[in-house]
Amino acid sequence: MALRSSDDDEAFRDEVRAFLEAKFTPELRALTARQAGVFADGDLARRWHRILFERGWIAPAWPTEYGGPGWTPRQGAIFQEECARAGTPRLPGMGLSLCAPVIMRYGTDAQKAFFLPRMLSGEHYWCQGYSEPQSGSDLASLQTRAVRDGDDYVVSGSKIWTTHAQFANWIFLLVRTSTEGKPQAGISFLVSPMDAPGISVRPIISMSGEHEVNQVFFDNVRVPVANRMGAENEGWTVAKYLLEFERGGGSSGVPLSVALERLVDIARNQPADGAASLYEDPVFRRDLARLEIEVMALAWTERRLAGRRRDGESIGNAAASLKKLCASELGQKIEDLSMRALGLYALPDQRGALGTGANESPIGPEYAVTPTARFLNGRASTIFGGSSEVQRNILARVALGL
Amino acid sequence: MSLDLTEQQTLLRDSVGRFLSDRYSFEARRQILNGDPGWSPTIWRAFAEELGILGAAFAESAGGLGGDALDTMVLMEELGRALVLEPFLETVVLGGGLLKRCAAPLATETIRGIVEGHTRLAFAYSEPQARYRWDDILTQARPEGAAQVLRGRKSVVFGAPAATHLIVSARTGGGRHDHEGVVLVLVDPKAPGVSLRSYRTLDGRLAADIDFHDVRIPPEAVLATSEVAPGIIEAALDEATAAVCAEAAGILDRLVSDTVAYTKERRQFGAPIASFQVLQHRMVNMFVKAQQSAAMSHMAALKLAEAAADGARSVAAAKAYVGEACREVGQSAIQLHGAMGVTDELAVSHYFKRAIAIETQFGSAEHHLNRFQQLSLGMASKTAA
Repeated sequence: MALRSSDDDEAFRDEVRAFLEAKFTPELRALTARQAGVFADGDLARRWHRILFERGWIAPAWPTEYGGPGWTPRQGAIFQEECARAGTPRLPGMGLSLCAPVIMRYGTDAQKAFFLPRMLSGEHYWCQGYSEPQSGSDLASLQTRAVRDGDDYVVSGSKIWTTHAQFANWIFLLVRTSTEGKPQAGISFLVSPMDAPGISVRPIISMSGEHEVNQVFFDNVRVPVANRMGAENEGWTVAKYLLEFERGGGSSGVPLSVALERLVDIARNQPADGAASLYEDPVFRRDLARLEIEVMALAWTERRLAGRRRDGESIGNAAASLKKLCASELGQKIEDLSMRALGLYALPDQRGALGTGANESPIGPEYAVTPTARFLNGRASTIFGGSSEVQRNILARVALGL
Repeated sequence: MSLDLTEQQTLLRDSVGRFLSDRYSFEARRQILNGDPGWSPTIWRAFAEELGILGAAFAESAGGLGGDALDTMVLMEELGRALVLEPFLETVVLGGGLLKRCAAPLATETIRGIVEGHTRLAFAYSEPQARYRWDDILTQARPEGAAQVLRGRKSVVFGAPAATHLIVSARTGGGRHDHEGVVLVLVDPKAPGVSLRSYRTLDGRLAADIDFHDVRIPPEAVLATSEVAPGIIEAALDEATAAVCAEAAGILDRLVSDTVAYTKERRQFGAPIASFQVLQHRMVNMFVKAQQSAAMSHMAALKLAEAAADGARSVAAAKAYVGEACREVGQSAIQLHGAMGVTDELAVSHYFKRAIAIETQFGSAEHHLNRFQQLSLGMASKTAA
């Protein structure tokens, strides 16, 4: 294995940079810099999705037969690095990264032919119906019911913490199709258009003041049986397959490194007691160095486990949980230090300057707009996608055999 | 990008692992530990003759296998897993790391002795006032005719009581922290004027404080002159530091698996204590630290093997991370073994003590955290320029 990039890889990097230079316009950069959510707002996400789609680069991880670019893993990593460095919008991955692998593995030919191209083009904007008000960490206890009626299921119940349901036109959801046996045994995986009669969406405003998540209600919604992925009552297997992608997808090293660079930028511009800037304050520097080392440790662990996973060692199956656990906890530490680096400018309510609809100028320096909102939003990262406690339960079972 | 071992490295790992599980059981090790001299000449001979690992890191022209830092990593991880007491680190990695960079004919000759199994080394560089800095040197080498005369004191020299040769850093000029005027000389520990105060360290290994009182150094025993010595010392210490990170990876792996096995056996409140979630989560935290330590060790070895520009910085990051992991995982392993954990009977206390020693050897986590910061700043200013 070589650390040095080949000439081809460097040429590819230049190609990506040139593309970003041309297409990630100053206007888009300015809009993106004001985003503090987990994903970019719907309008911005749609615009950037379209730009990548037109270049053929929207789905780096997809096989070429479905429209992937056919990159090597190294090229995929370079693309991710360059996008992260440039600070491009974080696209919601519910369709391309989560539902797509499920359709590719469990979908019929007809389902593949219908959904995958529309996912790629951005015509379909997806959201994820997993959690319910009474089923969070204990996901298998979910109660949204789907009762067979001819060629349809009739779905009733409610999903919650549904990110971007207000922008989405399709939802994938777990439903209960049987109450026999273990809770896991009676679950099925369905997909439905969001404009189906009987679906309604209630916004949930987060503590940062943003609207990213929702509650989605299903009141006797008819979903064709043809919209089921995998066999009836075998949705739990499908659901777990998807979670591997939610927890383990992509590299967390790059986005965390970029978050650290943003922090360094703040620190260089912030005053400090007895030092030219906060960046030169020894206590701060030590905190920063610890975080840098932790990011290295995670990035190299991901690389190391990638090989093990391919070889089918049991540790490989735990890799997704390990990554989710470490990346979320480390991300929170970086958010925490970034917010503290701002001093008093961590406190102003910047909602007027945040998001694509922002029309107010920042209070204090430009870099003070997002860290507090990111800090607040980031508190959710150790809860969604399986809480840290759930990940530790999984690791205890899968990696340690406990 | 994956971090897979080559086929040759896998073979090396498996053959050493097999040898150690056959010949270096915990009981066999205990005999060696409690006996005199505290290491086994029989095992050492087997390292040279049966396994051939004493030549792993040397050029084929010197009778070695031509391996690099990754091969050393593979070996050290296995030696750590079996908690080997023999002075492989001191002789092959550190002593050999210095010698293979020295042009002096005596260096080549000494390497041959290592490969053949009759030469063991110790690098006497640390001094009582220096804490973890190699360049804080007060030991003097004064010219006297064609020879030099060595005078000074070296502290906590690992492997010295078992060594047939000492490599000593000394000053022919320059002030206390100057890199100018530092030389490396080869000294016979039995030469007139050398006195060792030998002792065991907390992990049962051998070390000594050494006084050099006007020890005569013939011209051919100067291994490296002041033009090259600082670079040689830094490179060899980086390799040795990466090597103890790999040793630690093997040790941490054992601490995790021993703890998991023990908690499955031990019953309290009518159930195996492994069934308690608070213990499970603590073991997962140990596992995560152990995995990340192995990855950091691999990163450091890879950067050294590729002579990457950020090699030293990567080693500092690895040692800072691994050092803290040694303390945390070690402490948790003891805690989860309950009172049995603090006895001499169980392997866990022995692994714990070596882990704690590694945290300090070649510089503590704090030392390497500071070094990492300084090297990061250095790289940032170079990039800016």
